[in-house]
Amino acid sequence: MIEHLDTALVNWSRAQFALTAMYHWLFVPLTLGITFLIAFFETIYVKTGDPEWKKITKFWMTIFGINFAIGVATGIILEFEFGTNWSNYSWFVGDIFGAPLAIEGIMAFFLESTFIAVMFFGWNKVSKKFHLLSTWLVAFGSNLSALWILVANGWMQSPVGMHFNPDTARNEMLNFWEVFLSPIAINKFLHTITSGYVLASIFVIGVSAWFLLKGREKILAKRSIIIASVFGLLSSLFLVYTGDGSAYQVAQKQPMKLAAMEGLYKGSEGAGLIVIGVLTPGKEYNDQKDAFVFKFEIPKMLSLLGYRNANAFVPGVTDLIEGKYEYSENKGNKQIAPSAEQKIEIGKTAIAALHDYKTAKDNNDQQLMDKSLIVFKDNFKYFGYGFLNDPKSIIPNVPMTFYSFHIMVALGFYFILFFTLVLFFTYKNNLEPKKWLLRISILTIPLAYIASMSGWIVAEVGRQPWTIQDLLPTVAAVSQIDASAVQITFWMFMVIFTTLLIAEIKIMTKQIQIGPKDGGH
Amino acid sequence: MEDINMVESLTHLALQQYWWVIISLLGSVLVFLMFVQGGQTLIYTLGKTEMERRMLINSLGRKWEFTFTTLVTFGGAFFASFPLFYSTSFSGAYWVWMIILFAFIIQAISYEYRSKPNNFLGAKTYEIFLFINGALGTILLGTAVATFFTGSEFSVNEMNFSKWEGAARGLELALNIHNLSLGLAVFFLARVLGILYFMNTINDENIFSRAKKQLIINTIPFVVLFLTFVVWLLFIDGFAYDSITKQVTLEPFKYLHNFLQMPFILIIFLAGVLLVLFGVGKSILKNCTNGIWYTGTGTILTVLALFLIAGLNNTAFYPSTYDLQSSLTIENASSSKYTLTIMSYVSLLVPFVAAYIWYAWKSINNKKIDAGEMGENIHIY
Ligand code: HDD
Ligand code: HEM
Ligand code: HEM
Repeated sequence: MIEHLDTALVNWSRAQFALTAMYHWLFVPLTLGITFLIAFFETIYVKTGDPEWKKITKFWMTIFGINFAIGVATGIILEFEFGTNWSNYSWFVGDIFGAPLAIEGIMAFFLESTFIAVMFFGWNKVSKKFHLLSTWLVAFGSNLSALWILVANGWMQSPVGMHFNPDTARNEMLNFWEVFLSPIAINKFLHTITSGYVLASIFVIGVSAWFLLKGREKILAKRSIIIASVFGLLSSLFLVYTGDGSAYQVAQKQPMKLAAMEGLYKGSEGAGLIVIGVLTPGKEYNDQKDAFVFKFEIPKMLSLLGYRNANAFVPGVTDLIEGKYEYSENKGNKQIAPSAEQKIEIGKTAIAALHDYKTAKDNNDQQLMDKSLIVFKDNFKYFGYGFLNDPKSIIPNVPMTFYSFHIMVALGFYFILFFTLVLFFTYKNNLEPKKWLLRISILTIPLAYIASMSGWIVAEVGRQPWTIQDLLPTVAAVSQIDASAVQITFWMFMVIFTTLLIAEIKIMTKQIQIGPKDGGH
Repeated sequence: MEDINMVESLTHLALQQYWWVIISLLGSVLVFLMFVQGGQTLIYTLGKTEMERRMLINSLGRKWEFTFTTLVTFGGAFFASFPLFYSTSFSGAYWVWMIILFAFIIQAISYEYRSKPNNFLGAKTYEIFLFINGALGTILLGTAVATFFTGSEFSVNEMNFSKWEGAARGLELALNIHNLSLGLAVFFLARVLGILYFMNTINDENIFSRAKKQLIINTIPFVVLFLTFVVWLLFIDGFAYDSITKQVTLEPFKYLHNFLQMPFILIIFLAGVLLVLFGVGKSILKNCTNGIWYTGTGTILTVLALFLIAGLNNTAFYPSTYDLQSSLTIENASSSKYTLTIMSYVSLLVPFVAAYIWYAWKSINNKKIDAGEMGENIHIY
């Protein structure tokens, strides 16, 4: 089916997708959160009629506009890349995956772009109330865009609501609601949008702190900080809650990802949660080295968080490759896990059966068709493993997943502390003299971006080699293009996005320096 | 819930046809909205002073997002309804689509960044970006649409994984004279629409009189190129498939037959062409500003008709000249019945979306753009 596996091609295609997705994600979270903050500011303006609040609203709107333009520019690439670089994937799951993408365009993007126009050009042209409504609709619109794409992404992590149709050789949707309401999708959506709220709150606090340090725009800065720190604190608490939900889902649906997140090689009952750790470089799943050079862990916590049971068995990387441990299926009955090698065998049987079915169909051999279909169905569960040859290839990049995960979690707790401090001193009306906290506020901005990026690295690198969990590995998903062509476009993207990013940062910092007076709309 | 029962009682084929009509509609609206791209190529031709250029750019700047979002939605809807086209064409004609994408990346930031202080690249660069987007975007999208009639070299295997056989990954398509004539026709049409849009929205005498002159200059190549393409289209062999065996064959005068066998589409087509010409003619002969409405509507109808004859009446809409039987039809490239049904419910939202877009625009567009407004403290590009 796949004549030759060109690893350079797969790697360049992955690199290109990762590059473009990461660039997109540099701009999206700010949009997700700042639109709500702007809506809060404007609501207060409309309620109180105080022109200062209008000035605040307009200032943050300018910042949002600069960020939004480049978010849009980077988004269109991702959508078309599914076709250009992951064409086999596009066919294999297009029946399910395309729908959320189309709904996103029809519902969310038009909502967003229409009302952004009202937001920017509508001052003095539409009524105050309609303008405010538009601002709220922009916020809802941008979060709706996030909803649909995250439903799609959640489905890739844990495919549900579908069946494989051997005649068309693809997965077909059976139940839209199962796809839409899958717990992994819901969790992902909530965790991701709240991470955007946290990032945007930190951004607004940081910029305002800069004004306070310069002794400028004090009213704007203080009022922005009040709203942003309340919003940020509530969001960051919810973020930990949904983060725990995400980890629980990972434990259920993607045990290999969980093992990589925790650097867990040898599984155990009552497994501990690593708080801080340094992995042993060059560790292989089958050597006797200790996984950690150093670690500090909370006993039994991983079992508790992952399985809601302090004594549950958590399989490690080695167990997942070697199998033979006991786990309970969805329905609750105990099963002995097959080894990766057995799964590959099963997958190959499924692929061969599908091939037989096709040939039999061409020859009108009903008997063979029925027979191969049964074999196919019995072995479909591990279909994707049939594209692999080496059991080791089911292990994602452990250090990258592990460190990203721990950086994200540590920062998550730090942000709670940060918001609490800012809110506390604001409440005491004593923030302005606290120069150290103002400086920390500025330095926290890049940390928010790092946490957010790390989250995606956990989610996406941790699911390697799968584009669709257990069904389609990246090697089988990729378009058959010359690796050199992808290499060229990779560098083209790198150059253009980096250039645009520099332009964006320069314009943004300039607008902040100019401040609200003539920077408004 | 009558319409729900209605959707669910439709056959798979009926849903496939319904979705082909929607794709056609999105495509034709997209071509109309490319007046933004056409306008972008005329900024220096029509604007001789900084203020004039500023008015031109700002009048486009309030509309570019629609074109962009329509392109995104066109892509998403094509993916959802005919995923095999999505996977075959985008990965196959890799370079054509990549260049189109690059042309759209540089557009999206140009409006917002052009006039901002400290913008790194300088206003001129952003204006060049707009020009590149205007030229490449229209020509290449037109070229890509022309392949619905001229075909491409690809094969699809029994797993429905596709493989491109053309050596230049799509660039070879731009060398086909018929593709190019449609591509250039779209380019000049977009310019004509852009001019009519400026005449409609900008209140400035100098721009108006220059626009009028440019209207004639751009209409002539458009008409010549478009007629060349259409006449050729009516006489060529088309890619037909048998409704029972699904075998694809070359049928003489296929597209002419499609017009004659679906006279409704012929009427749409002729009405569209007449409206396009009427809008242009009226704007040239009289001092009117509403030509865009006629020419715009005409554009939508004409392009709609072309899309419809490409895919309906047992015609392969994405023909393979490498292996006829690999050609994509609305039947073999589509999503499952279930997905198309779900999507059809979603499509019922479209009138609401159109209505709120209309309402929002009406409420902020009650005044024409003039030099005075450029000085006000509102969002200026
Ligand atoms: C400001 C950013 C931020 C912060 C502070 C956190 N997260 Fe997060 N996290 C994200 C931003 C993020 C994200 C970018 O939104 C991700 C990427 C993919 C996703 O679903 O959300 C994510 C993914 C993600 C995943 C992977 C989900 C998957 O693979 O599908 C887990 C398990 C967690 N998070 C858990 C946590 C925990 C326990 C946190 C504790 C405080 C935490 N996150 C804080
Ligand atoms: C990899 C999959 C993704 C694809 C294909 C994609 C696609 C797109 C496209 C095409 C746009 C431009 C829309 C327009 O024309 O206005 C866009 C913008 C946007 N996307 Fe994405 N996107 C992806 C990932 C995400 C994720 C994960 C989120 C949020 C969680 C997100 C949220 C947004 C938002 C809020 C916008 C509005 C513009 C902005 O401020 O960035 N996208 N996306
Ligand atoms: C905007 C946020 C996102 C970021 C930052 C992100 C990040 C990444 C990264 C780092 C990779 C490369 C992994 C590797 O191969 O080592 C990747 C791959 C990929 N991601 Fe995402 N991702 C995002 C959202 C999404 C969404 C929402 C989808 C789908 C709906 C998606 C689909 C994919 C696909 C198809 C690949 C390529 C195949 C693969 O390597 O598995 N991504 N992404």
